[in-house]
Amino acid sequence: MSILELARQSILTPAGLQDRDIDRIMGALLSVRVDMADIYFQSSHYESWQMEDGIIKEGSHNIEQGAGVRAVAGEKTGFAYSDRLELPVLLEAANNVRAIARQGQEARSAVRVAGHWPQYYAAHNPLQSLTDQDKIDLLRSVDRETRKLDPRIEQVIVSLVGVHENILVASQDGSLAADVRPLVRLNVTVIVEENGRREQGSMGGGARRGYDYFIDQERALQYGREAVRQALVSLEAVAAPAGNMPVVLGPGWPGILLHEAIGHGLEGDFNRKGTSAFSGRVGTRVASPLCTVVDDGTLPDRRGSLSIDDEGVPTEKTVLIENGILKGYMQDKLNARLMNARPTGNGRRESYAHLPMPRMTNTYMLPGQHDPEEIVKSVKKGLYAKNFGGGQVDITSGKFVFSASEAYLIEDGRITRPVKGATLIGNGPDVLTRVSMVGDDLQLDSGVGTCGKEGQSVPVGVGQPTLKIDELTVGGTSL
Amino acid sequence: MQNQEQIPKLKDLVQELLDEALKQGASSAEASLSSDKGLSITARFGEVETIEHHQDQGLGVTVYIGQRKGSASATDLSPQSIRETVAAACSIARYASSDACAGFPEQELLATRFPDLDLYHPWELSAEEGIDLAIACEAAALGYHPDISNSEGASVNSHQAVTVLGNTLGFLHGYPSTRHSLVCSVLGQREESMQRDYWYSVARAAEDLQPAREVGEKAAQRAIARLQARSLSTRQCPVLFAAEVATGLLGSLVGAISGGNLYRKSSFLLDALGRQIFPEFIHIHEQPHLHKALGSAPYDAEGVATHARDIVAGGVLQSYVLSTYSARKLGMQSTGNAGGVHNLLIDPGPDSDDFSSMLRKLDRGLLVTELMGQGVNMVTGDYSRGAAGFWVENGEIQYPVEEITIAGNLRDMFLHLVAVGNDVDCRGNIRSGSILLEQMSIAGN
Repeated sequence: MSILELARQSILTPAGLQDRDIDRIMGALLSVRVDMADIYFQSSHYESWQMEDGIIKEGSHNIEQGAGVRAVAGEKTGFAYSDRLELPVLLEAANNVRAIARQGQEARSAVRVAGHWPQYYAAHNPLQSLTDQDKIDLLRSVDRETRKLDPRIEQVIVSLVGVHENILVASQDGSLAADVRPLVRLNVTVIVEENGRREQGSMGGGARRGYDYFIDQERALQYGREAVRQALVSLEAVAAPAGNMPVVLGPGWPGILLHEAIGHGLEGDFNRKGTSAFSGRVGTRVASPLCTVVDDGTLPDRRGSLSIDDEGVPTEKTVLIENGILKGYMQDKLNARLMNARPTGNGRRESYAHLPMPRMTNTYMLPGQHDPEEIVKSVKKGLYAKNFGGGQVDITSGKFVFSASEAYLIEDGRITRPVKGATLIGNGPDVLTRVSMVGDDLQLDSGVGTCGKEGQSVPVGVGQPTLKIDELTVGGTSL
Repeated sequence: MQNQEQIPKLKDLVQELLDEALKQGASSAEASLSSDKGLSITARFGEVETIEHHQDQGLGVTVYIGQRKGSASATDLSPQSIRETVAAACSIARYASSDACAGFPEQELLATRFPDLDLYHPWELSAEEGIDLAIACEAAALGYHPDISNSEGASVNSHQAVTVLGNTLGFLHGYPSTRHSLVCSVLGQREESMQRDYWYSVARAAEDLQPAREVGEKAAQRAIARLQARSLSTRQCPVLFAAEVATGLLGSLVGAISGGNLYRKSSFLLDALGRQIFPEFIHIHEQPHLHKALGSAPYDAEGVATHARDIVAGGVLQSYVLSTYSARKLGMQSTGNAGGVHNLLIDPGPDSDDFSSMLRKLDRGLLVTELMGQGVNMVTGDYSRGAAGFWVENGEIQYPVEEITIAGNLRDMFLHLVAVGNDVDCRGNIRSGSILLEQMSIAGN
């Protein structure tokens, strides 16, 4: 069955809606002069299971469905949504929304099926990829094997989450696009205790796959081992240094640097409005020539990937920075139209109840030439940051932070003592100009990223090779 | 009055959910329903930018089969959805393990009296009125200073909600509430320096919102004040948290004394009950029944009655923040905090200083007005966050600063709290004046 047919059957059929009903709602939207209109249908099934204290403590199940109706005239947007998929309710929403536009007549277009677009993940229902008993057994085995690893382990928390989402987007040009989006995630958190000192370690991963992803290559057990390793390292950690110093970022998840320092500032909305520190800088140097950064929604099975975005536009691999030169922005339809640019498949929304905006997918830096060991060796005194928690950016001033959860001192070219988590702070438009070495070891993160913007959360990915930044402010307590 | 009229119907639906749960084999159950509607309007450069009509509803059910628990929720309130949601919850409960601490609150803790907390003040806001108000708010910001160069707009938001909660012990109650806000965000530019800042006002009743002009001007004033900020050299110095960020420090306290973190041993305040965690002059209390307050609630998410109480008295921790489950895990009783705290207040210091006296008390040090990132480790209390604010000398603001971090350990920061101002920020569930800390590590250039 085609993706479109799957989405129709999972969203429209249960609600008794048909294509001609979409046509009527679109007709109501287009009875005034609008530049753009769409109807976004979504149904989403979510489940979570949590193991703690060695028992399956709780689980939850959530079913959401609804439709969002949008009309855009110039820079003005009208939006309404409903969790009741009933024609009269949706027609009323359309009537509310079109008030945004001046009266005037626009030709009505009929719904017709769009062409094909590539699929970057299979249309499974991950919730049915294992039986409930097998899900429980998976959690129990992770808990049991993790607890065995070290006598200092006090607490193990294992969580498993799966989402099966279907979307259907009808646009004013008559196109109808659909996507079936599986997403799974497994997380292990441990607390260890030694001589009254307690520390935490946490590791997880996920993908647009079924739960078997965690059984393949013993990934789930590996997360447990990694969480314990991190927690035990923290037991030895001393106060982090404070001040400016060279920082070497490890491969993979530290790519959150790119997401915060560069990515958000290159989203089309901020640049159209001129509120980003990167506004008006396309074609200028924003990074050292060693840096090429892309946003790529097309990586198979990745957490941040999408076959189409939430406006029905196929995703792509968008070059943001090429050899240090700013190449372009990430766009949704509205901002692309107002900037005379092309949508890049970055129009995303948390759900039918939210408006789409330009968002990242998987953002990463391409590999360079250096051997990672050589990079560490080049630093006399600095910080090696291996794992991070979250980050944040002020897109206008360009200042960004991200917090290390595992970091070490580099002394005379060697990684020595672990230091406590410190926040790193820098300035987005110039941090990458200080990149002096790029490793040949590109890694993508394990599939745990969630990005928040204007109150909306969406899953994303990041990645990078080992990087050396000549100077960055490290926010420790040891002066 | 639309929301109030919905309550009897929603109560019937909650009862249906509970009956369905028992019918499907649950030994006991708890259910809730909510229905919200709202309007958000944003204007930018004097014209409407977005009009958003919100309408949400949802049901949630938690079932127990013996001591095994399962939960499910849905946005569809139809009879078929009720059956399926209950079935999903029961299915999960059958796979969950038996947990001696699972289950309902003790019957005697459930609320039986429902004081009117004056939380419902619907605003008959038309789109036109909303647009005019947002435009006026933004205009005040744009006209404030010639260096105001750009805008993210101003928005007016009005929401009303009704929630109903019931359980098979016979608890069944619902009440309506409203929440309105006005937000403005603008940019200033001077030479190469570009800064953005915002201000907002939020209240249960529209007439309690700060006037649009004031919100706009305050946003502009904040953006202008940040222009041409510099970094600081790495140092140790006293730090004054402005009221709007001081509430976050108390948020970390709440996290550390919350049952969930305590029984998981992931708090830096484990076994701190009865211990001195602040200086003697510090008093922190919870007042869930303040009229019109944003955090007020007659009962918590499990129906347990809320009541005013001390959290910290004389600097000594008096009480944790517990739900029924976390309380049982700790061998204690629920404090009516399933779902969080309800109006946490820290009393201003003995001399009741306003903001300028707090600056004089700081004398020479850092005033923090913005924090970035999540660098708070709940297990160890280690604290390291990005910050922006102002350098202060002789009790007077000298220049704006940014691209620095402030670091310390929350245990020490709390113990070495010097003063709390009377410039209380009442816009959230946690209310605090500005807070002066003896010393933190600043990292910069």
